[in-house]
Amino acid sequence: MAIVMDADRMGRSLARIAHEILERNAGPTDVDELALVGMRTRGVPIAKRIAAAIRGINAHEIPTGALDITLYRDDLMRHAVGPQPLVRRTEIPFSIDDKRILLVDDVLYTGRTIRAALDALIDFGRPKAIQLIVLVDRGHRELPIKADYVGKNLPTSLSQSVQVHLTEIDGRDEVEIRES
Amino acid sequence: MKKDLLGIGDLTRDEIYLILDTAEAMREIGQRPIKKVPTLRGKTVVNLFYEPSTRTRTSFEIAEKRLSADTLNIAVATSSVLKGETLVDTAMNIEAMAPDVIVLRHASSGACHVLSRICRSRVINAGDGMHEHPTQALLDAFTIREHKKRIDGLKVVIVGDLLHSRVLRSNVLLLTELGADVWVCGPSTLVPIGVERLGVRVSTSVEEAVKDADVIMMLRIQHERMQGAFIPSVREYFNTFGMTPARVSRAKPDVIIMHPGPMNRGVEIASEVADGPYSVILEQVANGVAVRMAVLYLLAGGVED
Repeated sequence: MAIVMDADRMGRSLARIAHEILERNAGPTDVDELALVGMRTRGVPIAKRIAAAIRGINAHEIPTGALDITLYRDDLMRHAVGPQPLVRRTEIPFSIDDKRILLVDDVLYTGRTIRAALDALIDFGRPKAIQLIVLVDRGHRELPIKADYVGKNLPTSLSQSVQVHLTEIDGRDEVEIRES
Repeated sequence: MKKDLLGIGDLTRDEIYLILDTAEAMREIGQRPIKKVPTLRGKTVVNLFYEPSTRTRTSFEIAEKRLSADTLNIAVATSSVLKGETLVDTAMNIEAMAPDVIVLRHASSGACHVLSRICRSRVINAGDGMHEHPTQALLDAFTIREHKKRIDGLKVVIVGDLLHSRVLRSNVLLLTELGADVWVCGPSTLVPIGVERLGVRVSTSVEEAVKDADVIMMLRIQHERMQGAFIPSVREYFNTFGMTPARVSRAKPDVIIMHPGPMNRGVEIASEVADGPYSVILEQVANGVAVRMAVLYLLAGGVED
């Protein structure tokens, strides 16, 4: 088990991502079209932190929502019999039509969760664009999906697992990698 | 969860809460512009209804369609049942076409249990005779929890035709399991013998029963199941047991009034109460879709064993 990101590095990574978002969406109306959607569970607090970071830079309030992708998973019918994954609430309190959606997740791995999230988002409307933010990209993609903003690129082997801990949920800010 | 949902008695307390919590998430889908998720794509659900039903059948069908299941409805009036086919034969024939879920409404208590034993498909009880109607009790609990934020410790009064009601049994099992103080009230001819063994208090005075109630749940007078004279007249029943504004005023100021439908206005409930500010009767109907989506997902959302 090794800690690959501590609270300080996490804070700086998210601050850098906030700046990159404003650089990449620098057109006159772009900022007004931005909206953050965090993927449950840990994408939601990360999205809120990025919203706070952007507010700190230019005083803009970026609308923020939460997305649960359980009902869109491609592996629901494949798992051995057991309890179904818990479905939690999706809360997107704004129209995503013609918005630049910043989709936020903690770890990017196979890309299948992001595929499900894209399907789920499209059911809410037709955004102008969807950009992907991840705190950690650990590689091993199974689908043609790439993040637009990455907190940290983390080379891993398939036998390892990456755990993101956030103060809001786990009481501390930390990313660790462990042999499973 | 078990393979089938035959009654509330099959569920643990944790499973009841899992269904209610999942229903919270399902309700949001009904508020979207595109009210559909792909979760049950490729699954087939047969709605087999041997008794008339508007609410329950429509509610199940909407729930199934919102989860992208393929649905088909068999109404007995247009089926081979009229040619003399038995329930078991009909079920075996449907089963041969490999549906994933059968939703059954039947006039005989225990019909779902028969189906459950012979079918590989999952069976959901949509009301069997005078026995159980589990999804109704779940949607009632969901509606109560939404208004009161809890079920534990609430005084819930169920008034009406207790004898013929499957809604009563399912609700009593569920609400007592979750810690509510349940009272039942009706004319003595319509109180089932031994009902107090289910852990409820029995009263034949509405005035006494509704005092300080948090929830009043009305049950329909089921004329179609009555073979004999259980009540002197509809008018007398209303005068003695009908829910009127005066009786409602004896309950807590934030009482909610529920009814599983279909209502007999002027028999068990006055129109002023049914349409009044305390009535959550139409919310119950709306919540029914979310609760049935939750049950369908939890039963059929995974692979078969």
